[in-house]
This record gives sequence, structure tokens and C-alpha cells, in this order.
Amino acid sequence: MQSKLGLDFKKVEHAKGLAEKIAIEVQSFVERYTTVATERTICRALGIDGVDSNNVPLPNVVVDFLKDKGVLGQGVMFYIANAMIKTGLQPQQIAEKIAEGSYDITKDVSTTDKELLLKILRPVIDSTIDRIRSHRQKREKYVAEYGEDRARPYIYVIVATGNIYEDVVQAQAAARQGADIIAVIRTTGQSLLDYVPYGATTEGFGGTFATQENFRIMREALDQVGEELHHYIRLCNYCSGLCMPEIAIMGALEGLDVMLNDALYGILFRDINMQRTLIDQYFSRVINGFAGVIINTGEDNYLTTADAIEAAHTVLASDLINEQLALFAGLPEEQMGLGHAFEMDPMHKNGFLYELAQAQMTREIFPKAPLKYMPPTKFMTGNIFRGHIQDALFNMIGIWTHQGIQLLGMPTEAIHTPFMSDRFLSIENARYIFNNMHDIGEEVEFKEGGIIKNRAKEVLDNAIVLLEEMTQEGLFNTLEQGKFGDVKRPKNGGKGLDGVVERGANYMNPFIDLMKGRK
Amino acid sequence: MSEGLYSMEAKNYDKTLDLKKVKPYGDTMNDGKVQLSFTLPVPAGAEAIEAAKQLIKKMGFENPLVVFSEELTPGFTFFNCYGSLTHTVNYADIYVPKVESKVMSMEATDKFIEDNIGRPLVLVGASTGTDAHTVGIDAIMNMKGYAGHYGLERYRMIEAHNLGSQVPNEDFLAKAIELKADALLVSQTVTQKDIHIQNLTNLIELMDAEGLRDKMIVVCGGPRISHELAKELGYDAGFGMNTYADDVASFVVEEFVKRNNK
Repeated sequence: MQSKLGLDFKKVEHAKGLAEKIAIEVQSFVERYTTVATERTICRALGIDGVDSNNVPLPNVVVDFLKDKGVLGQGVMFYIANAMIKTGLQPQQIAEKIAEGSYDITKDVSTTDKELLLKILRPVIDSTIDRIRSHRQKREKYVAEYGEDRARPYIYVIVATGNIYEDVVQAQAAARQGADIIAVIRTTGQSLLDYVPYGATTEGFGGTFATQENFRIMREALDQVGEELHHYIRLCNYCSGLCMPEIAIMGALEGLDVMLNDALYGILFRDINMQRTLIDQYFSRVINGFAGVIINTGEDNYLTTADAIEAAHTVLASDLINEQLALFAGLPEEQMGLGHAFEMDPMHKNGFLYELAQAQMTREIFPKAPLKYMPPTKFMTGNIFRGHIQDALFNMIGIWTHQGIQLLGMPTEAIHTPFMSDRFLSIENARYIFNNMHDIGEEVEFKEGGIIKNRAKEVLDNAIVLLEEMTQEGLFNTLEQGKFGDVKRPKNGGKGLDGVVERGANYMNPFIDLMKGRK
Repeated sequence: MSEGLYSMEAKNYDKTLDLKKVKPYGDTMNDGKVQLSFTLPVPAGAEAIEAAKQLIKKMGFENPLVVFSEELTPGFTFFNCYGSLTHTVNYADIYVPKVESKVMSMEATDKFIEDNIGRPLVLVGASTGTDAHTVGIDAIMNMKGYAGHYGLERYRMIEAHNLGSQVPNEDFLAKAIELKADALLVSQTVTQKDIHIQNLTNLIELMDAEGLRDKMIVVCGGPRISHELAKELGYDAGFGMNTYADDVASFVVEEFVKRNNK
């Protein structure tokens, strides 16, 4: 590929090699452990769902039981498969028995023969795999039938009423106005819950609970409006926080299309323990990869705490690491919505040129990725009129540099979660610019030795310096030192570390082999 | 559209400013012009426009103009409108409680602490409760600050501790005691369903129960916080939009000196 910025692709290759080294260290750590969330995910993948009489989800009941017995390191599959052999029951019935309090699953172990255990699990595993695959095929069929303009970014808007049924009204309205992706924002604080609530929900703060039933309700509503419009509407949720892989499997089972999925985001901005969430991330990305889900990473957030001009290279460095971690989980480049943002101080002279350089550079370094591009948030002031213009400039860069997913800015950012009319104005803004400037990227070249080319080179060079340091220090130490987002996090601090256990001799998770890198 | 836009009719109202009867200003004193936009849950059409006009009249406007309307989705219509407001307010008699401190620069604040207190002040801040947003507390505390106003971490005579987001009130207080805080800074960004009010109230209740309320200066901030609201909830001061680290620091140091000189 010819670089419009005159980027030296040998340097890019070097940077990717450095990021791979950093990722290898993380990966070799991750593969030795499991977590309560990973095991609950396996429960769900074995068909365990529902809640007990105290509203505790059954996956939690099973996993907590094993954790209390100190045997979680052997993994839920080992015990459930043994229990199936002994009792002839299905995983769901076994979980219900544990919930009733009458059954000690650890007493029913009769074999450690993995082949034998896998054989009894096989029908349940296959039915989950088939269900996920059928959602993927359904999406592919819709997209093939309706077509898509991939020369422009997907238009992504949020709904956040707290009530899934009201969300449906908002989401269908947005789809009719031209949205391609609907993200149902989660309620404040859900990322820190160590369980996933159950059933349809109508109360939330600043968003709506992610539950499997809510996923199903919204998927159905979007399919309905999609058929009306002859336009496949993608559904996005947030597979981050303490239930990262659980949300991934629930999304895969219900046909979600896009998931925020980034351990680094959780570590820095939700104070989730880094060991816990990197282990969780691995399985969640394996699932997302298999389900054909586009992941979104959260590097854009670095620039809400650090300065967007000074810290631009940290976003690139993190994108490069996230790319390698995703590759280790078998997630194809076409599903990597690596994140970055339009977040420089609007009063900065030539700020637009720097933003353009950054966006074009990111595009060229990750040519196949459906890059997730975030709108201005930090410098939205309550002046909705100026905010609408800032969003317009952001949209111009989105179409110019072929970003993959444009998270539309709202003029009322920082005031309230979007009104139906805010979304209308923002979608109108984006559609106007995406159409009116559709091919500008193919028409305009950048000046040799000018601000844009120099800026791109500088950011790449700085990212390489940071990655070189990181290959010495490792990712964990780098995070402890506050190199990303100006936020420092200790390796043993944060939430969720007590949910991490080392894998034992009988540990098995065949879903990884069945899903990783496959369709 | 817009029958008033190029109107040549005489403007038959008093065009002198009277602060006892203030009304909105478009391009002529006392024209009362206001722009509004809203959505009605009805389909687009002549009836929808008429409904919007009637509503605008009920709000106290004359000459309602609907300049734009569009159906956002079946059954919901969006309007951009203008009208001339009939209401007035008595500006001359308005009293709003404000943070009564002189805003000093970072250097002046540091010197003020040196001269009047003689030791660094300990300020502990957090975005508390379930609020995950650090943008507010970071703007006030981070070294770099925001919009050209350096953050508290940069102050030589302030020992600033930013505990980040989603800090439960109990943990926040425990940490404040451990660090021997002179002042607490609470940031609240999420305000849906007034969750911030509950959370802010809860902190003061906890402090009262522990007998800590008089031992520390407690201020809160956020886009929906006003000084008046903060006082009502039992805080010493509240900082809303367009306030920065120097506003907060000036208030805290002046209040600290005021209290300790009593």
C-alpha cells in the first residue's frame, strides 16, 4: 500500500513486532489461569441459565460453590461432566440441584479421563456452537442481501433510557434516521458487578442493564426494523468489566454484532485488577472472534484524562498491543474496532490538521480494521451549537480517512443522555457530511514536509520509543507506572483479583479450541 | 415561513431597558424573542404544527412561529420554533448565594498558604458512589489541569490525593481520615434520576454520624452542581460548569484560614 502520509512501513512492522513481544508475555501469563467470570461463561456455554430463589444467577451458584470448596482451579467442566456421568442429568438440572443446596458436585468425581468427559459434554457443546454459528450466518445473509457502503464509516449511536422497552422505541427511531449500529449503554456501575442480572429490566442509571433477555428483546426489534428498511442494524453492548467473557457468550448466543472489549480500559478507568481482566479478555475475544463480533477497544478514553496532543502516541501503542492480544485470541483483523478519538482542545491552532494526521495514520497502520472513532467529549461545553460544529469536523475526518465506526457525537454531550431529537440532528449531520464529502480522501493529497505528514511521523516514532521501553518493562509494570491515560494501577490492586485461580491438572475448556480462529 | 422575519410593522412596545422587567433579547430591546426546539409524540402534519403553536402560547409566548418540523420516527415530530415571551423577571431584586472567596492564582494560593497556614493543606478528591466519570475530578486535580488552569497536584503547598472514580463514601471517608485530610472534594457527573443528590446527602450523613463534619471542609462539583444546591445538601461550597482548580483552591484555603482564626 502506498502511504498518503509517507509513513515508513518498515517502522510500522517494527512497532508491530515490539507489540507482539509485549503481548506474548501477557498471553503466557493468561493461559495459566482461570477466573470466576471465565468459569461462569463456561456454565452459560453449557446451557446453565436462570436464577435461584434469592435471584442469584445459577452460573454464580455453581462457580461460587466450587470456589468455596477451593477446587475452582480444576474448572467447572471437570465437575459438571463428572456429575453428568454419575447422575445422567443435564448441566442446567445439575446447577438447579446445587442451588437447592442438596447436592455436593465435588463428591461425584469418577474419572479424570478428558476424552471421556468431553464425550459426555459434546452434545451440549455442539448445540451452543451451532446456535452461535446460526446467528453469525443470519447476519451474513442479511448483509449480503441488503448490501452496505463500506467506503463510509458505520453510523453508531447510543440509547440509554434505562428501560429496555423505551430503548427499543429510541433504537428503532435511530435506525429509521440512518443509524447502522445501536449501542445500548449499560447502567452506571454494571461493570463492577461480579454477576450478570437476569431477565428484562426497566430501571437503570445512565443506561440499561446488559442481560441476556434485554439482548434478545433488542435484537428482535432491530431485525424487525431492519427488514422494514432493508438495512441490517448492528447491535452493540459492553463486554468489559468483571463479567467480560460472560457478556461475550450472552451476546454470541443472542446475535450481537459489536462489543466493547478491552481489558486496558477496565484497568485504567474502572480500576479492575489487571490480572483478572486480561485473563477474562482472552476467552471473551475467542468467543467474539468466533461469533463474528466486531470488538471495540477503549483507547479513545486515554485522551479524556491525558492530553490528546501530548499523549497521541500512547493511543497508537495501546492499539498495537490490543491488535496483538486479539490476534492471539484468533480474532481476525476485520473484527478489530481499535479505538481512537478526536479529542484535542478545539482552541488549538491547526488542531484539525493534527486530528487528520492521527486518523489517517491509524487507518494506514491498521488497514483492515474497522477502526472505532470517538467524537469530542472532553471539550463539549454545554454550548450545543459549537458542539454540533465540533462533531461536524469530527465527521469530516471520519469520511476523509475511512474510519470504520463513527461513534456519533451529540450536541448535548455532557448535558444528558441523548434525546430522540439529538440523535436525529447528529445522524443528519453525519449523513450530510459522509455524502457531501464522500470521496475527499481519494482526491486530496498531503503536502511533503507539511504539518500533517510530520505529525504522523512524530506520533509513530514516539509510539515506537514507548513500545521499546515496554518490551523491557512488560505490560503490567507499564500500567503500574501510569504510562497510559496518566492513570497508575498496581498489579495486585483493583477489583476482582480474588476471582483469579491457577488452572489445575484436570482443567479443561474445549470451547477455546473449538472457537479460536474459526467461524 | 417566518412571517415575522422580514416584518416591517412598527414595534409597539417600550424599547428601554428596565431591570425590574427583563425579558429575552433578539435584536431589539424587549422584543422577547426566544428560540425553542422540542419533540411532540404525534405524527407530522398541520395538526402537529398547530399543537406546537398552542403549546408555545401556553408557555407565555406571543406570535409563535414553527420554522421547521420533521417526523423523527412514526408518531414523533420535532420542531424548531420562535416566539416572543410575555413574561418578565425582576432582575434588580435577585439574590443568588455564591462562593464568597477571592479567586487567586496558583502562585498566590501557595503563598497564601505559606503565610497564613505554614504547612501544606491536604485535599482528598474522588468521584464517589457509582459514578465512573473521572473527567470532573481530573480537571480539578490532575497536574495538567484543564483549559489553562493548573490542577491541584501542581500546587506546591497542596498535597492533593485523587482517589479516582466509583469510590464508595465509606472508603472515601476512611481514606480521608488516614491521609489527615483538611478538605474533601466530591465530583458528581452522572445525575440521572437525581442519583447524585442521594449520594451527596449520604456522605454528609456519614460524616455527621462519625462526628467528622466540622473537622473538614467539604465541597462538591459537577456540571449539575450549583453553590446553592451544595449549601442545601450541607456542603461548604459547590462548583458548577466553568469553575476550575483555582476557584476550588482559593475557596478552600480562605475558608480554612477563616475557620482557624475564629
